[in-house]
Amino acid sequence: MLPDRRQQILRPVRLSTIVVSFVIALLLNFLPWHNVALVPDFVALTLTFWCVRQPQLVGLGVAWVLGLLTDVGNGVLLGQHALSYSVLAFCAVTLSRRILWFGVSGQTLHVAALLLLAQGVGTLVRLAAGAEFPGWSLAIGPLGAALLWPLVSFLLLAPQRRAHEVDDTRPI
Amino acid sequence: MEHTPPAFFNRGPAPVVRLTFFALLSLALIVLDARFRYTEGLRSALALATQPFQIAAAAPAAALRRVADFFASQSQLSTENVELRTELVKAKLAAQRFEAAAAEGARLKQLMGTAEKIPGGATPAEIMYSGRDPFARRVLVDKGSRDGVRAGSPVVDESGVMGQVTRVHALLAEVTLLTDKDQAIPVQVARNGLRAVAFGGGTSGLLELRYLAANAEIVNGDRLVTSGIDGVYPPGLPVGTVTRVERDATNIFARVLCQPAAGIDRGRIVLLLTPVEAPAAAAAQAESAAEKARDKPATKGRRQRAKETRAP
Repeated sequence: MLPDRRQQILRPVRLSTIVVSFVIALLLNFLPWHNVALVPDFVALTLTFWCVRQPQLVGLGVAWVLGLLTDVGNGVLLGQHALSYSVLAFCAVTLSRRILWFGVSGQTLHVAALLLLAQGVGTLVRLAAGAEFPGWSLAIGPLGAALLWPLVSFLLLAPQRRAHEVDDTRPI
Repeated sequence: MEHTPPAFFNRGPAPVVRLTFFALLSLALIVLDARFRYTEGLRSALALATQPFQIAAAAPAAALRRVADFFASQSQLSTENVELRTELVKAKLAAQRFEAAAAEGARLKQLMGTAEKIPGGATPAEIMYSGRDPFARRVLVDKGSRDGVRAGSPVVDESGVMGQVTRVHALLAEVTLLTDKDQAIPVQVARNGLRAVAFGGGTSGLLELRYLAANAEIVNGDRLVTSGIDGVYPPGLPVGTVTRVERDATNIFARVLCQPAAGIDRGRIVLLLTPVEAPAAAAAQAESAAEKARDKPATKGRRQRAKETRAP
């Protein structure tokens, strides 16, 4: 299988884009949702995106700090999201070249697997700490988040696209 | 040696090494938090960073609710007003009767020479949203340490005990509901004074009375009230009604399930009560009780102690 040949050449990413995207993701996560299990984890999704696109800039350290913030904000066991986000970032960084080889639908499938894995790690930690299994609805959040992948990658790549201008002197 | 890359290709430690480092760090935090609860300081320091996000995220919903309240129709308000007036008259009647009974009870207690526990003040609060943890049953209310809320305060609604404040932030407090798997409350059967401990049933939404002997005198429909011996919950508050009693010859304990009295999953307005005794005294008492019970095979003791350290 060949990679998607119609990819645009992108401008280098600005650090402010990454920071703002994480701030917005944290805000979306802290909205007073009625049932958290059914809501996509926006921070995990954004983290996966940047780990896949910019593995040099965003990696395990960022993931761990974001996980810790999520733990404190959600009032859950300290370290639960830190661990699951670290595992998520590791897999995303390791698989980044492979994932980018695929088209949008293939990427979505990969991301679904990664997010489910992260949720599974968090669930195992809580079950080991003595919590009760709340049911398989836990899988709905990650799957919903994976479905948002095309939208998120379109939005987060938008600042990097150059304007489509006709310029005969430009080689590409 | 000849396989080492030049310094300008160096990307730091390998991903596996980093993963190991961060995973071990997370696991250390998890153990410290789950087993020893040593992380409250770190938690409150990090909460300073997350609190602006939480307040900003909660603002739109709060504003929306305020707008909805503002546009409540005149007729709706007047019907509600009439209903509330009727309720108030009924409640006043009940309160007068209760005062007479309380005075009588106090006199009797004085005759018997027992000290009376006087319940402290109460703070009304509104439930803002349910907790962001699918593994626990918690809600967040809009009163925090600025309003004098303390960890460990019992939370009641109009029909009974709802839970306990387990964590206090500046503007918010986290209430663990009675149905949470790790929540326990000392109760007694209103009919005959039989004491027991009710544990949360988790996702079933029920309470479970554990460690009751198979021949304990308890039947379907028995009302449970707080016993007040823990020094946290004032005595006599309704907790629930027994809905099922299973006595099994193979088991030395009966299996008793009860329906909570309070509207655990509905309602918006709750009261945060001040714990009956000073929390320090209650904690010391629990500690000495736990020390006494340490050689007994008591899961209950360990749980109770964990609860005390979490909510002193």
